[in-house]
Amino acid sequence: MSLSTAIRDVAGGFKSLLVGMRITLGQAIKPSITVQYPHQTLKMPARFRGHVKLVLDPETGKSRCTACGLCVKACPSDCIELDGIKREGEKKKSVTEYELDFTKCSLCGSCVDVCPSDAIEYSKDYNVVSLNREDFSHMDLVKRLEAEAEIWRKHHPPQAAAVATTPVTAPAALATGAKTPSPGQKAP
Amino acid sequence: MSFLTLEPIRLLLYLVGVCAFVGANAAYLVLAERKGAGRIQRRPGPNEAGYAGLLQPVADGIKLLAKQIMVPPGTDALLFRAAPLMVMAPSLMCLAVIPFGANLVARDLNIGLLLVFSFGSINVMALMLGGWASRNKFAIISSARVVSQNVAYEIPMLLVVITMLMVTGTMNLNEIIHQQAGWFWNWNVFKVWVNPLMPVTFVIFFICMLAETNRAPFDMAEAESELVAGAFTEYGGMGFGVFFMAEYANIVVGCCLATILFLGGWQSPFGALSGVLGPLWFLLKMYALIFTVIWIRWTFPRTQFYSLLNLSWKILIPLSLFTLVLTGVMIKII
Ligand code: SF4
Ligand code: SF4
Repeated sequence: MSLSTAIRDVAGGFKSLLVGMRITLGQAIKPSITVQYPHQTLKMPARFRGHVKLVLDPETGKSRCTACGLCVKACPSDCIELDGIKREGEKKKSVTEYELDFTKCSLCGSCVDVCPSDAIEYSKDYNVVSLNREDFSHMDLVKRLEAEAEIWRKHHPPQAAAVATTPVTAPAALATGAKTPSPGQKAP
Repeated sequence: MSFLTLEPIRLLLYLVGVCAFVGANAAYLVLAERKGAGRIQRRPGPNEAGYAGLLQPVADGIKLLAKQIMVPPGTDALLFRAAPLMVMAPSLMCLAVIPFGANLVARDLNIGLLLVFSFGSINVMALMLGGWASRNKFAIISSARVVSQNVAYEIPMLLVVITMLMVTGTMNLNEIIHQQAGWFWNWNVFKVWVNPLMPVTFVIFFICMLAETNRAPFDMAEAESELVAGAFTEYGGMGFGVFFMAEYANIVVGCCLATILFLGGWQSPFGALSGVLGPLWFLLKMYALIFTVIWIRWTFPRTQFYSLLNLSWKILIPLSLFTLVLTGVMIKII
């Protein structure tokens, strides 16, 4: 290697170091892109699969489930148990008990796909942790829906609901599934 | 005022001042390092303890202090305990001759430069002893690396220092700064009429300083990915803490020295205001250099060991020898 190529090598190498340093400095002055997790959370993407939950019908504030039992049959892991009654003055049955065994659920989605009345969906709930196995092996989805309906009723006073014929926009509680209280975690 | 000018009182004040300066710097440079790393990687860095993470060093300190200092069986207990002190003490000593302002120097020695380098070399020995005393294979490999790395980089560094000695003609650090008075083109780094390769000399000095303080990309001594924690593997609690602080204290000393030798120390860049604002200029330049050190660490990956030695023996030593000879010739001609 001749002296001139050696010098050119060293100078070129040094210049490449400076280029690298310019890049890092350029990144350093841009705003940071991290989410400060416990203080900030991201909205879960639309296709996120949390545990199955009952949908709150934004017009009636109740579940749409007719207790037809198709999801029970469709579930390959036998996770769902439900019960329903026929109320006075209503055409269809309505669900009274819906118990999910989340310890066995593989989140395959068969139940969501098969449901004829779009009554179940994946929740956006990822903060699911508990010291108690029962919280997951017997998840009471009706009770969870009741908690959501509670919030729904705050936004929909009874007299307004009675005359409501126009579609009502979904309450905020529905949009951010993560806000629903989950086992082992207090509601904020 | 006469009370303050009493020699023992003065020295005591300087002792406390230097200890506080080193302690505060070591603690907060760790934070600055982590913040800098965060910024470069587009994240905020530690920000939970105190406002914007400002209490993080305190929390780290308490954690380290609360830990038991273990001396593992089979180690050389005396050397094991002595090593952290031996690595910390020299950097404290070096600060005694560093002039922070025209009159702000603990000991205005006429061989200040020599003192800094002779104490600086103890650092290597301390790291080696720490690794040796640990009786741990990682620590011993690390010690071997520290020694060969420091020997390799001491040579170009000292060649550069000899060049600077030829230019300045004195080892008194304050005297060296006095010679760089006036506008910033009087700083040694820009004195291209003395030696056209002066900026290159500065870069060599800076690279050697990085290597001597075992900083990335030359942190072969504590290469986590291959050597656990290198020479510090067996250390815990404050033993480790002191090693860690000493690393930053050494960076401070190295950057002080680079500021003095090349960037005009406490001289202001435009000739005026270097008397009263001297310490400010000094700290400004020093922290700019330290920022560069941090910036380099988070830009480049760790080098391989042989390329580290190649860099020294094949590039830095010939280059610094060349500048040495060139300076000699230039001085003779002018
Ligand atoms: S997601 Fe699959 S496994 Fe889970 S309850 Fe529905 S059908 Fe069963
Ligand atoms: S959730 Fe759907 S499929 Fe399951 S019982 Fe209710 S209506 Fe039927």
